[in-house]
Amino acid sequence: MVPISHYLFLSLALFTVGVIGVVTRRNVIVILMSIELILNAVNINLVAFSRHWANVDGQIFTLFIITDAAAEAAVGLGIIIAFFKNRETVLADEIDLLKW
Amino acid sequence: MTPTQISQIAFYFFAGLAVLGAILTVTVRNVVHSAIFLITSLLATAGIFLTLGAQFLFAVQIILYVGGIMVLFIFVIMLVNLDVALHQLQFNRQKWVAGLLALVLGSQLGVAIWFARAKGSLDIPSGRTGTLSPQNVEQFGLALFEKYALPFEIASVLLLVALIGAVVMTKKRI
Repeated sequence: MVPISHYLFLSLALFTVGVIGVVTRRNVIVILMSIELILNAVNINLVAFSRHWANVDGQIFTLFIITDAAAEAAVGLGIIIAFFKNRETVLADEIDLLKW
Repeated sequence: MTPTQISQIAFYFFAGLAVLGAILTVTVRNVVHSAIFLITSLLATAGIFLTLGAQFLFAVQIILYVGGIMVLFIFVIMLVNLDVALHQLQFNRQKWVAGLLALVLGSQLGVAIWFARAKGSLDIPSGRTGTLSPQNVEQFGLALFEKYALPFEIASVLLLVALIGAVVMTKKRI
């Protein structure tokens, strides 16, 4: 039985790596992938606490988060395709039409 | 080897694989390689779910994340022009901001977890009332369709909206 703090530290590591990816990468697709990493870290936390409290609710929340991730990926990638058709780029710092 | 040792070895193996895959995802230049390493990390996370006794989520993680979302990602990577993007700078000039942010976030959460463990807040709670069995797919289904029936239906509406949104976004003229 691995103590729950190890699961929390694993989740912390994945979350931090995901945040670094969101901030440093220029490619919008990789930024979306980093967001998936962050959501995954949250899922590990929820399932770990689900076992810790012997309660199934955490697993249900994880299922809903996975659903959200699927919806977010579908719409986000649709936006990326639409943007690429208009501007011929997928780099985040060239998306500055609304920037003052 | 006892089952406890096996589960410990499995946890540390999958944890190392997940963190390694995540680090390579955000550091590799090529976007396709990035996606492949993200798949590695997600599969390792599925293994973590298995060590936690969440068999249904293990299957869902593989089928939905790796089989669904990542295939979508790779499709989009193929649709956008890759070889132009490969010669451009892949990292922006925010390394110091990112490092500072990661340091602050990581140390904050790390210290919180550390002190919670030192104080004993993460011990097995004495008043826990749950009855999660090691084979809990049946319990999962019962909870999903009884206690969480309304959120389940709302999730289906969300998926419908996402479907329509994705179709509208990829139309010829928006």
